[in-house]
Amino acid sequence: MICICEKRDSDMIKLLRYLKGHRAESILGPLFKFLEACFELAVPVIVANMIDVGIKNGDTDYVLMCGGIVVLMGLLGFVSAITAQYFAAKASMAFGTELRNDLYRHISSFSSSELDRFGTSSLITRLGADVIQTQAGINLILRLLLRSPFIVIGAVIASFLINVRLALIFVGAVIFLSATVWIIMRKLLPLYTKTRKNLDGITVKTRENLTGARVVRSFAAQESEKEEFDAAADGLYTSQIVSGKISALLNPLSYSVINLAAASLMWYGAFSVNIGEVTQGQIIALLNYMTQILIALLALANLIVMITKSTSSAARINEVFAVSPSLEDGKEALGEVEKIEFKNVSYKYPGASGYSVKDISFTAKRGMTVGIVGSTGSGKSTVASLLLRETDPTEGTVEINGRRLKDYTFQSIRSAFAAVPQKASLFSGTVRENLLWRDKNATDEELFAALKTAMASEFIGNDLDRQVAKAGTNFSGGQRQRLTIARALVGRSDVLLLDDSASALDYATDAALRKAISSLPGNKTVFIVSQRISAVKNADMIIVLDEGRLAGTGTHGELLDSCPVYAEICASQTSEVRNEK
Amino acid sequence: MKNRNVKSDGVIKRIIALVSPYRIQLVFSLVFASAYVALSLFAPIVSGKAVDAMVTKNTVDFDAVFRYAVIYSCVVAGASLCQWLMTHLTNIITYKTVLKLRKDLFAKITDLSVGYIDSHAHGDILSRVINDVEQLSDGLLMGFSQLFTGILTIVATIGFMISINIPIALVVVVFTPLSLFVASFIAKNTYSMFKKQSEIRGDMTSLIEESVGGAKTVNVFGKADDTAEKIARTGEELRKCGVKALFFSSITNPATRFVNNAVYAAVAILGAFSAIKGGGITVGQLSSFLMYANQYTKPFNEISGVIAEFVGAKASAERIFNLLDEKSVESSLSGEILPENVRHIDFASVSFSYSPEKPLIEDFCLSVPYGKMIAIVGPTGCGKTTLINLLLRFYDVNSGEIRLGGVPVKELELNALRRNFGMVLQDTWLKNGTVAENIAYGRKNATREEIVAAAVRAHADSFISSLENGYDTVIKEDGDNLSQGQKQMLCISRVMLSLPPMLILDEATSSIDTLTELRIRNAFDEMTEGRTSFVVAHRLSTITKADLVLVMKSGKIVEKGTHTELLKAGGFYKTLYESQFETE
Repeated sequence: MICICEKRDSDMIKLLRYLKGHRAESILGPLFKFLEACFELAVPVIVANMIDVGIKNGDTDYVLMCGGIVVLMGLLGFVSAITAQYFAAKASMAFGTELRNDLYRHISSFSSSELDRFGTSSLITRLGADVIQTQAGINLILRLLLRSPFIVIGAVIASFLINVRLALIFVGAVIFLSATVWIIMRKLLPLYTKTRKNLDGITVKTRENLTGARVVRSFAAQESEKEEFDAAADGLYTSQIVSGKISALLNPLSYSVINLAAASLMWYGAFSVNIGEVTQGQIIALLNYMTQILIALLALANLIVMITKSTSSAARINEVFAVSPSLEDGKEALGEVEKIEFKNVSYKYPGASGYSVKDISFTAKRGMTVGIVGSTGSGKSTVASLLLRETDPTEGTVEINGRRLKDYTFQSIRSAFAAVPQKASLFSGTVRENLLWRDKNATDEELFAALKTAMASEFIGNDLDRQVAKAGTNFSGGQRQRLTIARALVGRSDVLLLDDSASALDYATDAALRKAISSLPGNKTVFIVSQRISAVKNADMIIVLDEGRLAGTGTHGELLDSCPVYAEICASQTSEVRNEK
Repeated sequence: MKNRNVKSDGVIKRIIALVSPYRIQLVFSLVFASAYVALSLFAPIVSGKAVDAMVTKNTVDFDAVFRYAVIYSCVVAGASLCQWLMTHLTNIITYKTVLKLRKDLFAKITDLSVGYIDSHAHGDILSRVINDVEQLSDGLLMGFSQLFTGILTIVATIGFMISINIPIALVVVVFTPLSLFVASFIAKNTYSMFKKQSEIRGDMTSLIEESVGGAKTVNVFGKADDTAEKIARTGEELRKCGVKALFFSSITNPATRFVNNAVYAAVAILGAFSAIKGGGITVGQLSSFLMYANQYTKPFNEISGVIAEFVGAKASAERIFNLLDEKSVESSLSGEILPENVRHIDFASVSFSYSPEKPLIEDFCLSVPYGKMIAIVGPTGCGKTTLINLLLRFYDVNSGEIRLGGVPVKELELNALRRNFGMVLQDTWLKNGTVAENIAYGRKNATREEIVAAAVRAHADSFISSLENGYDTVIKEDGDNLSQGQKQMLCISRVMLSLPPMLILDEATSSIDTLTELRIRNAFDEMTEGRTSFVVAHRLSTITKADLVLVMKSGKIVEKGTHTELLKAGGFYKTLYESQFETE
């Protein structure tokens, strides 16, 4: 059975390492299941005795005793079963918990290029639904996967104990039946996958037509959308009918196989009874075993369908584990940041054909304010993430104080650099908890000062215990941005990086913010990544990027004369620049 | 809309109507189901008789055994065939009904007014097309055949058992349902544990969403350990309550098995007693009985499962029918086709509001000769898109009239009207497909050269070429592989290609930087040249160039005129202008 879905099964097996710490439970679970199967298999033999001894001899006491034993077997079976369930539940839940913890740790070791490769929503699914699905699969495996083979093998052994010749019919029946189930399942599983894919297709199509209702209508494309949907729905119908036809075979075919074996059991059994080798009660027991085998194998087939769902989840999880983080931690501790240097830095996203940034060189000395401007896709954010070592350059080096950035420990880089990322993400908890990210021991006074500089005091006031909802959704975009700026200002830092972090602020607040930042104590190096000329105009050095290349460096005045790209950007924002003092 | 629910008996009627094209298949499937049940229940009787023909050494009646073995084989083969045919026919009926429902629902979605789609959660509509249809097919159609065979099995089993021995039959009939009570007792008592588990799961989901969604931030601040710690803590809680929920709920199966086992023992004892006392039961009959006792619970379990699903399935059917009954937009298909070159637009005392309590546009009059540029300005959320909604008939005016070339838009064929407009909105919708397919959305038969030419004019060609597969790059559903600005440029290319005579542009400055925007605006200028355009304007340069500026404030048009006129008038526009463009 196991080899039906070889590749996918290996995905499940790879994850079995998370059961290691729960070896006892993982063994005891199936063991008690085995005991339950034994008690279940004993019943037909006891009933056979009841018939052969009790009824034949008219011994009512014997009959009662046998009946009592049957009930006792049932009770023992019940106890073994729930013991097995308990261990299975314990082991599988522990499995899921440890898998999730490990998977999260793995994901958190990813650099931004690995994160982008999977995409946020896909990682969330893997960490959420897929872990739960895999955990459910493990529970089923521990609880039920072995039960069916136990019953089948046990029934065959019992038949051998009763009569070797008749037992051969059992061997034949089991082989035939397994082959039938195996062939059908092998055909069926890929069809199920296909059906699921088809269903996904019509889901996407429907969602698209809801989110794009206006566009679809404005292009008068309803008819072609309908045609596409109908084609997808027809595809789903065909695959449902095909897989339905085959899966409809499973029950009747297995039923036929096992009962034709039962018919031959009657016929050959009759001979054995006639020569006194086997009793009538034993024949009944044998017929009973046949039924038990059938039920067990059909249950197994159902189980396999359920487990395949988990194996595709397991496969998705393994995909994440298969990617190792591209960044290794350095060994040196970074002290005070005196000089930051980009030396012919180029970066290409894995799999992309072109460079995101190409041949970028510049030097920023302590205390400088550096502006980075450029259009969409010019590579501004790439430069920012190289600076924070969210990723390493494909070519060239980023150096700090004359040493390669990758030689320094993440820990020391993180404490020297304070960053305000482009996406203003906050985390659920209180405002205080969010602000303490860079420095756990910061005092309330320090937090208030950071809030003030970030122009966030006006809406936070003194209420550091204000609740922050998931991802900070209870604050507006502009408020979130200001809070993330405040978060970066808490604690010691030599370098402050603002990655397009004022986009949701109005011009007045933006200007006031920049003023407040420039008058911060300590000789900070400040990087401002922005699309707004007004944000970088007063910088000591402005780096202009155009389609990944360095279009110019210099001050505002220098660039206006020497850099056509910069002049063009300025021109496009004339109304704003003109009005600035 | 919500209270216009389909009546309960109406639902059943409509489901029957849905299935009625397949009544022949249905009748046959019921016939095969009956045959299958009868044959499969007859089999134990035959095997019992065979057993009775082989009592002891040297007394075996071989003729009888042979006869019964052959009959048994035939019965079994017949039952199998009937079962397969029954399932196959049910599948056909079910899947065909599902197919029809889904196609109808989708067609309805494309016919619905934009207003309906705006005001209803997309997830809810989507779930009707996907989950509710599934639930209906599983619950009502598959369920119906299970219910039918289930009831038939119970009745037939009781019949067969009574025909053998009434007292023992009574024991089975009375005590077996006990297992159902045990099952429902357990289900009731584990409910609270599952509820708690799903609560903690909810917490876990938000935690994961937040941590992975903000992964880059977490990394930049070196907070991965703390976050992992948080996840582990919630995970531990989840583990503790999960073990309980899982364990207690999984007692159900062993418990019902135990009850069955006890009934089985009782049947064996009673049967043996009456065999000993000559109570008219043979050993073979006892064996038939034991088999019935073994299988008797199964149809009960199935039926109780089906009934639980029925309720859900009926609710699903109601939701499906409610959506199907929604009013489609009235499109006067027989209406006039838009005359070429007559594209004068008139708003004649137009009034409109999304809800009666909040009047928006009242008695609005405007006449736009062909080829003019109309800029719409106003603070965020002032309802600038409302005019666009009315122009394209995404919403209909409450009173007054919008006329195109003198013809009221309501009398125009809807798609002909819309084909005259090209639209670039802030919301960058792209469909699942390649870049080229998306650009050619408005003109499916465009050649690759035309597509590339349009992209070049929209300044999108350079970034498209740098994508992994160029114009054949597949855009994923969530568009994860493109930046917001890139998506916007594709939307512009899409309009560039079909280039209709009138344009609606939302200058989406939030996602495109000024330099790119400058380039795009050049393209826009080229596009709007000689065409009527409505521009939701964020930039001064557009406004100064416009032939007419409409100033909107909380949904109303408060001023209109050219830039200079409006500045001179010194009204709201002046304040707005100063705050937006002069405050720096």
